[in-house]
Amino acid sequence: MLTNKGTRHIIFFFGLLILNYNCSSDDSTHVPKLQPLVIPEIFSDNIIDPIIPSDNPQTTEGIALGKRLFFDNILSANGTKSCASCHSPQSAFTDNAPTSVGIDGIAGTRNSMPLFNMAWNYNERFNWDGKALSLESQAIEPVENPIELHSDWDNVVARLQAHPDYPELFDLAFNTSTITKELTTKAIAQFERTLISANSKFDNYLRDQAVLSPQEINGLDIFLREDKGDCFHCHGNPNNPLWTDNDFHNNGLDSQFTDLGLGAVTGDPSDNGKFRSPSLRNLAYSAPYMHDGRFSTLEEVINHYSEGLQNSPTIDPLMKKVDEGGVQLTDQEKADLKAFLLTLTDPSFIANPDFQN
Amino acid sequence: MKKKLALLGLVVLVLYSCGEDNDDNQEPQVFTTFEFTHNWDGALITSINFNAIQYTNENGDLLSIERLRYVVSDIIFSNEERTFELDIYNLIDVTNNDMSFTPQESIPTGTYNVSFTFGLDNEDNSENLIDLNSESFNVPDNLGGGYHYMQLDGKFINSSMEEQGYNYHAIRAVENPGPNPTFPQDTFFNVDLGNIVINDNVEVEVEMNIAEWFKTPNLWDLNELNQMLMPNASAQILMYQNGQNVFRLGDVN
Repeated sequence: MLTNKGTRHIIFFFGLLILNYNCSSDDSTHVPKLQPLVIPEIFSDNIIDPIIPSDNPQTTEGIALGKRLFFDNILSANGTKSCASCHSPQSAFTDNAPTSVGIDGIAGTRNSMPLFNMAWNYNERFNWDGKALSLESQAIEPVENPIELHSDWDNVVARLQAHPDYPELFDLAFNTSTITKELTTKAIAQFERTLISANSKFDNYLRDQAVLSPQEINGLDIFLREDKGDCFHCHGNPNNPLWTDNDFHNNGLDSQFTDLGLGAVTGDPSDNGKFRSPSLRNLAYSAPYMHDGRFSTLEEVINHYSEGLQNSPTIDPLMKKVDEGGVQLTDQEKADLKAFLLTLTDPSFIANPDFQN
Repeated sequence: MKKKLALLGLVVLVLYSCGEDNDDNQEPQVFTTFEFTHNWDGALITSINFNAIQYTNENGDLLSIERLRYVVSDIIFSNEERTFELDIYNLIDVTNNDMSFTPQESIPTGTYNVSFTFGLDNEDNSENLIDLNSESFNVPDNLGGGYHYMQLDGKFINSSMEEQGYNYHAIRAVENPGPNPTFPQDTFFNVDLGNIVINDNVEVEVEMNIAEWFKTPNLWDLNELNQMLMPNASAQILMYQNGQNVFRLGDVN
């Protein structure tokens, strides 16, 4: 415990620090205003703090710049598409195609992942296959990918530098009007971290502000029963509001792989066919489902886990009754499970004006 | 600026001097680090050895390990004079090579009997532990709530000579899953590492012989008990009994 004498010393010490700060504030350099994430209580009460890189703090100017970049076609080679083209706010920041189509009209091989609550991806492995090791680095690849924005970062930076607004916006956000790829992706990552979804009917149920129907309650029970749906081992539970473990699993989609997923990234055959568990929030907006968008409806997804599992050497041991095709839910149980899953829908997220162009 | 720095240095020096007087009559305090290692009847296991079906349990089942993580808690240092209980818990995650931890609390030097809890006692298990929530280590409320004590997942060759998954998940044994579950007996347990001389900062190795989970006193037949063991109270009690022989003290440095 501090003595009174010690307390006076500390006050004096901080006084000196303030004096120092004031002396340097004569500098005309703009200081971006820190804008920490507003963490929903249901998150702060239940899970650890989000990951914010020390070299990319959230600032008002950085977030605003990131938002503008996210919606700006200037990142694509021919000026026809932006990040938002495949990550639309109205679709929980995914699109509704099985696989997204790039600027040249070529479809990719992966379903566009919905974007929300990404600051709580503690492993910091992004994309379906975990290839991107931070949100900042994730934003680099789509710009140059020939089946996405098919651009070139040197050209993008040159276009941004020649733009009437961007040099000043970068100056406000990062104290430099010299635009770089790294600063561009830092700004986009700042905006993406603000995309927080935590206001579903189920969230309100946990806050005693909503009531679940008997069917939804029964669906939750199926979700949480190891001898029924056993969804919770990979997709969380009421104490983990992310509704994903953000880990990689082979969930029995194929007996042979055309897409190795995590295995192509790590080079480890035991990772073949593994993909990141997506969050179950906002499923009402994010169809189709799975890494390749093979399932158009939630019914198809539930049928897969119930009787459609395909065995393979890397199938996750958490998959139950693989020899029977899955957990064998009745039609009523499937309907109940779907009803529960839809309680994780957050209309306020897709309507949030801060997230619109 | 130089004057300011000099003044600042003086203040820091004075503050440091003020604090130093408090340490005169204290016993030397040391920190303990617990390093968990894993083996199969003596053969070292790390995540590098995961995923290959290469181990044979006492029942003769060939098996692999794909995921292993478990909670240890409440480390107790005791001797005839005093007892220090560190009210902590830690997730040992072999899959992600997170297998050691150093409690923040130091202890005086001495010779102590050292023990810890495998899993969480009922009081700790009823708390909202946000770092375990973040690891999705929860047990659903309809199974009694709280947390897994251990997740050991892998595959084995079943009696039809096919690969099949197993989930050796240890939790608090629960009966009557649903809105009003009941608990037949506690299934967390104390692990006594024996006496350890602690004269300086020390690293204590704790060895887990994974084979023991399938061996003594209950011969574990994976063809009989492989998945959906969380709502199976009898299986949980068998795990609890087999767990008594799983841990032993390793090197102390």
